[in-house]
Amino acid sequence: MKVLVAVKRVVDYNVKVRPKADGTGVDLANVKMSINPFCEIAVEEAVRLKEKGVAAEVVAVSIGAQQSQEQLRTALALGADRAILVLTDDVMEPLAIAKCLKAVCDSETPDIVLMGKQAIDGDNNQTGQMLGALTGYGQATFASEIAIDGDNASVIREVDGGLQTISVSLPAIVTSDLRLNEPRYASLPNIMKAKKKPLDTTTPADLGVDTSPRVTLLGVERPAERQAGIKVEDVAQLVDKLRNEAKVIS
Amino acid sequence: MSILIVAEHDNASLNLATLNSVTAGVAIGGDIHLLVAGESCSAVADEASQVSGVSKVLLADSAAYTHALAENVSLLIAELGATYSHILATSTSNAKNILPRAAALLDVQAISDIIEVIDTDTFKRPIYAGNVIATVKSSDAIKVLIVRGTAFDAAAVGDGSASIEAVSGSHDAGKSSFVSEEVVKSDRPELTAAEIVISGGRGMGSGENFELLNGIADKLGAAIGASRAAVDAGFVPNDMQVGQTGKIVAPDLYIAVGISGAIQHLAGMKDSKVIVAINKDEDAPIFSVADYGLVADLFVALPELDAAL
Repeated sequence: MKVLVAVKRVVDYNVKVRPKADGTGVDLANVKMSINPFCEIAVEEAVRLKEKGVAAEVVAVSIGAQQSQEQLRTALALGADRAILVLTDDVMEPLAIAKCLKAVCDSETPDIVLMGKQAIDGDNNQTGQMLGALTGYGQATFASEIAIDGDNASVIREVDGGLQTISVSLPAIVTSDLRLNEPRYASLPNIMKAKKKPLDTTTPADLGVDTSPRVTLLGVERPAERQAGIKVEDVAQLVDKLRNEAKVIS
Repeated sequence: MSILIVAEHDNASLNLATLNSVTAGVAIGGDIHLLVAGESCSAVADEASQVSGVSKVLLADSAAYTHALAENVSLLIAELGATYSHILATSTSNAKNILPRAAALLDVQAISDIIEVIDTDTFKRPIYAGNVIATVKSSDAIKVLIVRGTAFDAAAVGDGSASIEAVSGSHDAGKSSFVSEEVVKSDRPELTAAEIVISGGRGMGSGENFELLNGIADKLGAAIGASRAAVDAGFVPNDMQVGQTGKIVAPDLYIAVGISGAIQHLAGMKDSKVIVAINKDEDAPIFSVADYGLVADLFVALPELDAAL
């Protein structure tokens, strides 16, 4: 079977992002960019499916600017076989990204699409579900375990209050949660090999996708900063402050 | 304006998280309808009809909706929602699973995690783990909004008298099926609804050591949470995670124990009214957001705190 895995280039998770001084957007000049952590987990799962002999081919896809090639090369170094870049400099909303992925699904006809549950830039948590709607595939979001069983995938999902197991017929969209796996590090030989793996480029226009935004960013601001309070000497003083000053315990 | 709010429930009772979306709906302004989709869930519809500000409850009772499978419920929402100006739900794992799918069926760009309503098409939402608040304006004819529960008060229950209308037909996409569920049963309050939360981090050292929090939680009537580091280390299950990728909480009192205060954890708890940090590292970033900081070894401080309460 064929696995399609989507990856997104995002600001590295260690970077503390700030608004630009004029409040028109986020200051992304000279910040470190990386593969979205949840996407990395999805790539790892795809590669494991291949190593188990369940998947025959892993195709990585990214939608974004030319530099997104770096994240596709990362996916190839982790074990994907080939990559597709849907090249655009536009700001891409989840719906537009899902439409591009739908077009890629139409030509690639994957059996399973693995994606991160959310990207840590927009924190939307939408694209996988939207791709499910557009393709008509079933979906299993927030996966912490995936088992392929013939024409179905049995997926354990992280839900409020616990875990839910569902069975979804293939082809299906599965989005990864944190505990699905622990991604490997790419070895140097694999990084070198990844440079020679095929990477095709297309564009939203070639795929017939209208990417005009539906949502306008009017401005950004810093959240209200919390002021640091006081240090207490010991537990007795802490309990006294909580009872008599903050009055949050009785 | 007409607003459809998708109710969260377990077929027996209304999840109170729904009430936060009703308040967001009131802020938008308009006729508010609550959709209760499930199986044998008329008790939920009765409860929903008592919610203040709701004028109608739509009851979709079908075996296809028993477990709120996304493929089925999104088809229902897309069908019913086409005549509304706004579709809302509180950001539970169910809503996050279903609403974006329904939005795409309606060719709408949904807006996640709104924390403020500016007007009928403009909203504020956090991005980049809450480091930045964006003001966004939707140009879609229908606005699909996923509401951050902690940012809106709960609507009152009891004085409403909405009519209940049954929805005919049912959507079964036949794409997925429910197998089983493993829900942790606890006498403690739910994390997102608790007035007091006590959370442990990597500093707890092990899953067994989380038991040190039990006695304190029992005395305070608190829920127990954890940082992502504690979840990643395998100490506790992911449904206890507070943070950008876990639960967002805003209790009256948040006690962070052995938590350094990574950005992604702060994103999940910094709107708490009073924050207490207990950490042996006096330079831990958690102290910069704490109202009361105690620099101490948690293995000494926790038993003392337990005894002092």
